[in-house]
Amino acid sequence: MEYAIELKGITKSFGPVAANKNINLSLAKGEILALLGENGSGKTTLMNMLSGIYMPDSGSIFINGEKARINSPEDSGRLGIGMVHQHFKLVERFTALENIRIGMRGNGRFIHGKDVRKKIEDTAAKFGFEIDLDKVVANMAVSEKQTLEILKVLCYGAKIIILDEPTAVLTVQEIDKLFAVLRAMKAEGHSIIIITHKLNEVMAISDRVAVLRHGEYIDTVVTAETDEKALTELMVGRKITLNIDRPVIEKTHPLLEIRDLTVKNDEGATAIDHINFYIRGGEILGVAGIAGSGQKELCEAIAGLRKIEEGKMIHEGESIVGMSPKKILEHGISMSFIPEDRLGMGLAPSLSITDNMILKNYNEAKGPFVDRKSAREEAQKVIERLEVVTPSTETPVRRLSGGNVQKVLLGREIKSGPNVLITAYPVRGLDINSSYTIYNILNDEKKKGTGILFVGEDLDVMLALCDKIMVICHGKLQGVVNSEHTTKEEIGLMMTGTLNIVNKEGKTDGIAKDSAFTSDEEDKSV
Amino acid sequence: MLDVFTLFLFNIIVYNIPLLYGTTGEIMIEKSGSLNLGVEGTMAIGAVVGYLAGAKTNSLFVACIVSFIAAGLVGLLFSFLTVTLQANQNVTGLTITTFGVAFYYFIGNALSNSKGGWPMFSGAEESATKAFYEQSQALHIPVLSDIPFFGKALFSHGILVYVAILIAILMSVYFKKTVPGLKLRAIGENPAAADSLGVNVTLYKYLHIIIGSGIMGIGGLYMGLNMGGTFEGSNCWINGYGWISIALVIFANWSPAKAILGTFIFGFFNTLRVQNAALAYAFPNALGWLTKIPSHFFSALPFIITLIVLIASSLSKKKKSGEPQAIGRNYYREDR
Repeated sequence: MEYAIELKGITKSFGPVAANKNINLSLAKGEILALLGENGSGKTTLMNMLSGIYMPDSGSIFINGEKARINSPEDSGRLGIGMVHQHFKLVERFTALENIRIGMRGNGRFIHGKDVRKKIEDTAAKFGFEIDLDKVVANMAVSEKQTLEILKVLCYGAKIIILDEPTAVLTVQEIDKLFAVLRAMKAEGHSIIIITHKLNEVMAISDRVAVLRHGEYIDTVVTAETDEKALTELMVGRKITLNIDRPVIEKTHPLLEIRDLTVKNDEGATAIDHINFYIRGGEILGVAGIAGSGQKELCEAIAGLRKIEEGKMIHEGESIVGMSPKKILEHGISMSFIPEDRLGMGLAPSLSITDNMILKNYNEAKGPFVDRKSAREEAQKVIERLEVVTPSTETPVRRLSGGNVQKVLLGREIKSGPNVLITAYPVRGLDINSSYTIYNILNDEKKKGTGILFVGEDLDVMLALCDKIMVICHGKLQGVVNSEHTTKEEIGLMMTGTLNIVNKEGKTDGIAKDSAFTSDEEDKSV
Repeated sequence: MLDVFTLFLFNIIVYNIPLLYGTTGEIMIEKSGSLNLGVEGTMAIGAVVGYLAGAKTNSLFVACIVSFIAAGLVGLLFSFLTVTLQANQNVTGLTITTFGVAFYYFIGNALSNSKGGWPMFSGAEESATKAFYEQSQALHIPVLSDIPFFGKALFSHGILVYVAILIAILMSVYFKKTVPGLKLRAIGENPAAADSLGVNVTLYKYLHIIIGSGIMGIGGLYMGLNMGGTFEGSNCWINGYGWISIALVIFANWSPAKAILGTFIFGFFNTLRVQNAALAYAFPNALGWLTKIPSHFFSALPFIITLIVLIASSLSKKKKSGEPQAIGRNYYREDR
């Protein structure tokens, strides 16, 4: 078989974190290859090395059988590789034509040079794009922007086209249209790599599927010879037995109840779509979903950091909708979110542990001065209880290792004695031992009767730690499962949107039988 | 009566052209996504180095080239610090202003106290700078200069006035019509997008920061010549015009063509400072009230106008539509 791309032994690390480990991958000429993997499995990093954004630490790249060095996006373009990034690389203030013109070679020195418009229009017509070249990108809908991105790489004569999660932002009809374009491109002899999480799309469009997991290459299979179930297993891996405790506690009444919650993300798209759920005291409710399915927006909405569009949030019988974050905190809901860069939210990196403690309770001190003495005692307590490794309470947080930073953050959140604890990715990037410390802290809280919402990444951990797991996909509830009676595959299928068990088999998922909602309120919400 | 107006219009142009140099230079830099607060210092260095070179060689042309190169080197320093070493742009710009003005005083004082003294700028018969002086004086353009009123006000200026306006017009065409101009604007708006399309972001930034700085340098030289080329130990030639240029960039909405207009609107108030007495004298009935306003108010007027411009343009979102979106942020390709 003739290959458009061959990757051999590609490795790329960011600091101590290996994003890609010894990856081998091949793309045949004129085929559509789906690149499948959970978030954080290294798909985008791998593709960015083909587009010249990153350089591999080791390994070699062969383009059309010849060894290639891709040092910059320009090199990549010269080799006939075009990438459509997940986050569009468009200049918002420019028109479609201007955006395409930036990267066009030749055609003179002027923007509206000879044949520029004709060349673009011809390419658009060839693949059946409908696009207004004089429309400013800022006024375009998402699907138009994507069309522009694809048209852009085609205009530059790319023969190998990489699409990073192109369907994530599209409607079903738009996806059909996109697939028609991809098939037209394939018929013209283009080779295509498409990154996606959605198994039904993989089955619909691809010739072969390559699977990555945790930065490692797992396998490449022919689409026609596989099915969604087998692919899910490749993607999430076989069940690993973990020794995480799951103490069974007598559960209390629902502490926090969420009804019909709808929240928009920063771009104004719906991030959380009419979700129902509740947390009882003494249980850990896991939230599983592909990254970017609305987890962040959900946490922010509950903590009062994000405006909600619709729905109710009842905590201990009282609505917390519209309360300030401080009020919600005083109410007993505490939120800690570990973002991807791990330091971005919640802690001030240059301040000491003590000062970070003060950030949360500065208003408890009387008078204009901060109460450093009690804050230092609190810091000391957190250090002892959570076994934070630090020279002193006055060490700047950024000098601690990642695990210790996360312990400080979590320690500060549970110190205020919340009865609902929301924690997102608390073990992100941690080694095994630190992770276990965090699990123990969460279990201790659970034993105290705290209700915990655990937004996680690793399904094995969630199955072992959580009592129940709710699965969301694109902001929609796919169902709530009991960790005792489910499998990783089932959750995987729900995460990718293949399976939805809400209201199946008489279940009314997400609504507690002993709800604090009065029947009066029920009537209104229905 | 007409003479007062002629002179007024003439002065608006003659005294405020340095603002146009400063503003167009800064626009070019800001369009590449860099905010250079070192205009004042860059102009000061261009002024003193260019002037001395001109006095030495007795040539305005050499003076211009040297001040362009000297200021361009300052731009190179700014580029190296902010583009290559990723230093904070604001701090770097302020440092350049402090350094540039101090450099101006250092050279000026050192030369004034030396044996030869500060070179004089004079058109007298025996002067060593006679040619330099004459080249900088008003050109007589056939026909145009002889038009009544406008001939004196608009078409009786030194060559550098026309060069400034030509630069602004050329720059406007460059941004709007050419592919390199498009690439430059793309970098200022979204460097990652430009980079992904194979635009050499680093090269473009360096080049345009250097050219922009060079343009500022010529503006500085012009100011020095306008002040008669005399060095005063307590007063820098640039006199805050570099700072006003930065505000004018916002007023002009990052458009070189509008910068011409902005310069003259601003120049109107600036000229009022110099000429309010003359106006009041010429029209005692209509404008006599001008004398009642304390002269300090007129001195402060340019800066008050600057303040108003900044407040007004900050309040209006639409007006800042020309502001490059990525301005002030350094670009690093592997940023995650």
